[in-house]
Amino acid sequence: MYKKMIGTVVAAAATLAAVQAEARDQISIVGSSTVFPFATVVAERFGQTTSYPTPTIESTGSGGGLKLFCEGVGESTPDITNASRRIKSSEVELCASNGVEDIVEVLIGYDGIAVANSVNGPEMEVSKGELFLALAETVPNPNGSGLVENPYEQWSDIRSDLPNTAIRVFGPPPTSGTRDAFVELVMEEGCAEFDAIASLEDSDEDKFEEVCATMREDGAFVEAGENDTLIISRLDNDTSALGIFGFSFLDQNSDKVKSISVDGAKATFDNIADGSYAVSRPLFFYVKTAHVGVIPGIEEYLAEFTSRRAVGPNGYLIDRGLIPLSNAEYARMKDAVDNLKPLKM
Amino acid sequence: MTDQSRNALERLAANKHERLNARLKSRYNRERRFRAYGIASIALGLTFLAILLTTIFSQGLSAFWTTYVKLDVTYTPEVLYIDDATDESQLRLADYDGVIRQALSERFPEASGRQTMRNLTGMVSTSAGYRLRNRLMENPDLLGETETLWFLADDDVDLLMNGIIDRNLPESERRVNDQELEWIDSLVSSDQIERRFNTTFFTNGDSRDPETAGILGAAMGSFYTLIVTLALSFPIGVAAAIYLEEFAPKNRLTEIIEVNINNLAAVPSIVFGLLGLAVFINFFGLPRSAPIVGGLVLTLMTLPTIIISARASIKAVPPSIREAAMGLGASKMQVTLHHVLPLALPGMLTGTIIGMAQALGETAPLLMIGMVAFIVDIPGGFTDPATVLPVQVYLWSDSPERAFIAKTSAAIMVLLAFLAVMNLLAVFLRKKFERRW
Repeated sequence: MYKKMIGTVVAAAATLAAVQAEARDQISIVGSSTVFPFATVVAERFGQTTSYPTPTIESTGSGGGLKLFCEGVGESTPDITNASRRIKSSEVELCASNGVEDIVEVLIGYDGIAVANSVNGPEMEVSKGELFLALAETVPNPNGSGLVENPYEQWSDIRSDLPNTAIRVFGPPPTSGTRDAFVELVMEEGCAEFDAIASLEDSDEDKFEEVCATMREDGAFVEAGENDTLIISRLDNDTSALGIFGFSFLDQNSDKVKSISVDGAKATFDNIADGSYAVSRPLFFYVKTAHVGVIPGIEEYLAEFTSRRAVGPNGYLIDRGLIPLSNAEYARMKDAVDNLKPLKM
Repeated sequence: MTDQSRNALERLAANKHERLNARLKSRYNRERRFRAYGIASIALGLTFLAILLTTIFSQGLSAFWTTYVKLDVTYTPEVLYIDDATDESQLRLADYDGVIRQALSERFPEASGRQTMRNLTGMVSTSAGYRLRNRLMENPDLLGETETLWFLADDDVDLLMNGIIDRNLPESERRVNDQELEWIDSLVSSDQIERRFNTTFFTNGDSRDPETAGILGAAMGSFYTLIVTLALSFPIGVAAAIYLEEFAPKNRLTEIIEVNINNLAAVPSIVFGLLGLAVFINFFGLPRSAPIVGGLVLTLMTLPTIIISARASIKAVPPSIREAAMGLGASKMQVTLHHVLPLALPGMLTGTIIGMAQALGETAPLLMIGMVAFIVDIPGGFTDPATVLPVQVYLWSDSPERAFIAKTSAAIMVLLAFLAVMNLLAVFLRKKFERRW
């Protein structure tokens, strides 16, 4: 009996050791949940059209992905991380301190962030400044100087020709990359339109940042969770509300929701591509040069992801809602990938 | 006694009787109200269950049927760019989408122009090309031949056939444009389009194309994970419970252990995920996203549940059984293994199955160890990257494509079916082996 038990323990230990020794032949990708729907399409095609196994892609968020990516070099760390923002210099330093020296940055395209309402809702046209007034915690005092707690309850309070319905906007929580991008692209630019706040930038920069980036919490802005499908079904039920979500969800649900126009342009494919709809952000992925040639298939995966048939103007990722790069950007990106040019901050 | 005093007494008695009756009535009323509260809370629960199930079923049933399109495809070497059928790499990289495009343009000769052709080929799933490739690679003699095959239709076509996309909406609000509608109607009238039971859903792994996405990969991942969990947590849990109940001395130390086990049962599961990441992946170097790590983490999570239920069922074995066996000269170990364990086993199994059902529905600890991932290949072992059923539900619910809404509900139905089977098994085992004294 005891001999048998010892035997089992030894066998179990041996299996563990064997598991450890087994080399990884599969590309391991982590990172942003915004890039996830695009990266998975490429990975699936790559698995189907080459003899390599399909890469595994974890949706960890941009920050979480970069943290895993920068843990070191070797099979137990991911080869590629997706990001819906550029890598920060602190993250480059973290990587370097763990031995991840050479990283290739790949810009794959742009993602629009739509502000939309139900197809049965009113047509609306707002500026970034007006969105800031509707959504910020503190706004310039409408009848005087200084800053006050947001007094606006209806859209018509902000501009008289906007609908006189209560302000209700469903948006992503602070943990989401979409939220970061929305704050950066709409709130921070919108708040700079007001002299009362713009003057703060010189005198009290922390206060300026805080005023621009803090969303109101009195019920007008509703954090609706990470799930964009949920926001769409809520807009479907509430025609006076607005929602903030990724462009691909707008594209897929054109029978339920429509974009409102921000600074004179609606979130349509063409408007985002030519830059007239300005609420869009770049999408990246980062590759560990040290893993290229060690983990089989990375070069081929890069070639597939950066090919014209994937990210070109008629590529299959464009059908999924990705906004393509301009020709010059594409050439620069392709050059960086083909020569594995290391990232320089 | 005078009449007057008798009257007074009678009145008093009648009064008392009345008061008693009133009190009795209020007691009965109180009881009736209490029952009504109970019934109301059950009714409320049932209503929510009914709402949940009807939404899941009404959304999910459509995912069990899918649309197929019949096409005559010709493996023309010139279209495929194959000049040597024995060269495997040529067969692998050939332009199979071109074959589909050709078949469709033969069916709809009036279609021309780049965008129109794109829309036309977009009506058939991208998996059609892979299917042709697999057929030709299996049997290179097909080169130059013509076959009639049923292909999976694109998810938008399926949604239209299913009535989820409303064809009466204006064209700009509809994912299927007017020309595509015309093509579909033409295919319908020539019986080239058909809805069938969706076997793909049960035989494929995950995919980003809703029409080819299936549940098998996640189901196999759950299977391997639960095997590891069961193989570890049942023996360890039962051994711990037997030792604590039958052998351990009752002192301060065992009391502390007992309190800790009860506490662990209430620890949020994400904590076990963090522990698993630190110990199994970072320290022991086990692979990420593997069922073996998932199983280990879920073992940590279910062990307290199993130990607690196993101890309860050992406690329920009457002391007279132990005393009788001891009286006949059995050793402590014989008493435990021959008498107590067999009698306590049904209860232990029930506890284990409930613990397993809990583990089957868990996602939070798996996030930390990389099992919340997009994995296409169906896992074939304990170290292959895998995901599990509830994670699949989460990933699909987060996908932009409309057709994934039905898939999400269908995956929930599969998960619920597994849970129901496991709970039924628990009930069955209890009914069959349980002994009452």
